[in-house]
Amino acid sequence: MNKKTLAFPYVFWAAAFIVIPLCMVFYYGMTDKTGAFTLSNIITIATAEHSKALLLSLELSFVSTVICFILAYPLAMMLTNMHVSTHSFIVLIFILPMWMNFLLRTLAWQTLLEKTGVINNVLAFLHLPALDIINTPGAIILGMVYNFLPFMVLPIYNALCKIDGNVINAARDLGANGIQTFLRITLPLSLPGIISGITMVFIPALTTFVISTLLGGSKILLIGNVIEQEFTQTGNWHLGSGLSIVLMIFIIVNMVVEAVFDREGEGNKL
Amino acid sequence: MKKRILTLLLLGISILSLTACGKNQSGENGEVVVYNWGEYIDPDVITSFEEETGIRVIYDEFETNEIMYPKVEAGASAYDVVCPSDYMIKKMIDNDLLAKLDFEKIPNAKKYIGQQYYDQSREFDPGNEYSIPYCWGTVGILYNKTMVTEPVDSWDILWDETYADNILMQDSVRDAFMVALKRAGASMNSLDETQLQEAKDMLIAQKPLVQAYVIDQVRDKMIGGEAALGVIYSGEAIYTQRENADLEYVIPKEGTNVWIDSWVIPKNAPNRENAEKFIDYMCRPEIALQNFEYITYSTPNEGARELIEDEDIKNSPIAFPDLSQYQNLETFSYLGEEGDALYNELWKEVKSE
Repeated sequence: MNKKTLAFPYVFWAAAFIVIPLCMVFYYGMTDKTGAFTLSNIITIATAEHSKALLLSLELSFVSTVICFILAYPLAMMLTNMHVSTHSFIVLIFILPMWMNFLLRTLAWQTLLEKTGVINNVLAFLHLPALDIINTPGAIILGMVYNFLPFMVLPIYNALCKIDGNVINAARDLGANGIQTFLRITLPLSLPGIISGITMVFIPALTTFVISTLLGGSKILLIGNVIEQEFTQTGNWHLGSGLSIVLMIFIIVNMVVEAVFDREGEGNKL
Repeated sequence: MKKRILTLLLLGISILSLTACGKNQSGENGEVVVYNWGEYIDPDVITSFEEETGIRVIYDEFETNEIMYPKVEAGASAYDVVCPSDYMIKKMIDNDLLAKLDFEKIPNAKKYIGQQYYDQSREFDPGNEYSIPYCWGTVGILYNKTMVTEPVDSWDILWDETYADNILMQDSVRDAFMVALKRAGASMNSLDETQLQEAKDMLIAQKPLVQAYVIDQVRDKMIGGEAALGVIYSGEAIYTQRENADLEYVIPKEGTNVWIDSWVIPKNAPNRENAEKFIDYMCRPEIALQNFEYITYSTPNEGARELIEDEDIKNSPIAFPDLSQYQNLETFSYLGEEGDALYNELWKEVKSE
């Protein structure tokens, strides 16, 4: 009884801010301006400009996720092998920037990368060729990797920490070399963390519109931008909601994959 | 003990603030609720109006016409004076949201606001019955003289490959299409499918040359020398020149957008008389001048312009261009829901290219 009472705020929260808005998205997505049922808002994803934006989003977020993984895994391994005081310090360094607003950090990258920005001034001073990356997909990938890297490092690090050192020692005792131990013991055991990290990077990267606006100079239209503009500029909530439903399908697929691999919820504990 | 002192202190402060509120609660002559663009008035003007008339001003701000419209339409908060732009005024007139103005009660409006601005207003307020111009301006090209040596006088330069990656375009559908439509010699309010397709193709062709589509950032990027050419509102141009003397503003010869933001009174305004007094006060030359100096957006008030002491500003071709010298100047008109949808669709095609 007592427990149920305690759960009430959460139930209220979930209903008010998750369930009801979600229902509204579905309602708007499946009706037209007169309120009649239609699937046309969802089907518009097939039009050239929408599908192009969706494919580009998928592509950029895939590349960002791969880069995040390549950067994060060795780092997480190094962290695991470090002395406790050192590794908590490094984890702190990783989390510290997240205390600052995400928009400000992305805006700072804009200032750094601009043609007359900080990086190019330094390069020019050293007589090195200028870096021409702002307003390209490359800058967007950079922004995604920078912003979402901690979300990849931390779950992998958690998963690696949980691996019993004895298991690895046993593998070495039984004659496995370093590579074999890694491929057959460490990697499979850290899989839940990897899957969790992939989800936590891929989904926000897929739905972002701020990074592409700020670092892509609004020249590169991602599916997040399309949806955002339908709500803020065009005022067509029905179309915006319809496209959100399509995006939700991709997110759900991703989460199902995660659930299959991560039955014990290993990697979720941040 | 410390706690008690703190409580007393808080109590004291709250009593003080309460009495302060009480004093201002409602001026001796009632109140007026004003809804204006952000940073679009000198705050001292509001204070002096309150002191002179005894009418308390409740001042509220909006960021875009699109945000303002539904609030006035819903009527939940009844405003007495609003300052929308041209095409939005048309939409409000069409939807019967505005009251006709009684110019007898706003004598300064006819006396000091230039006739040419009323003429221009006819595009959205055909009988000059609903609106009184407050600020106006043009849209043009701001360029950096150190990067662009050839003369700039046409929208064509925004399609010149020499300036690839050095061009800033406005990230808003109507402004972007205005540039392309004007370049093609069409009306910027065109609803002609062929003309719009042509404009769309032009914008797509231009896209590889564009460094970025931005709105407010044009100002900072141009000041910082990040780009050579940018499409900008004239009111911002004066500010950028103060910050960077290498910048120059031109109105292209193919014509451009002449925009006007005007005072209107909504139909459901509760304090009509006070609203008329407020608008009349804003039309006084010395008050209009004070506002002009504060916000740097051009004033249509001829009386105020006469009072400007600095000859350079008084005759500035940026702040006060002689519109008769330019051809094909137009003002945005409301395109209707279908028209808006068409423009948005084409713009999306440009952006996703």
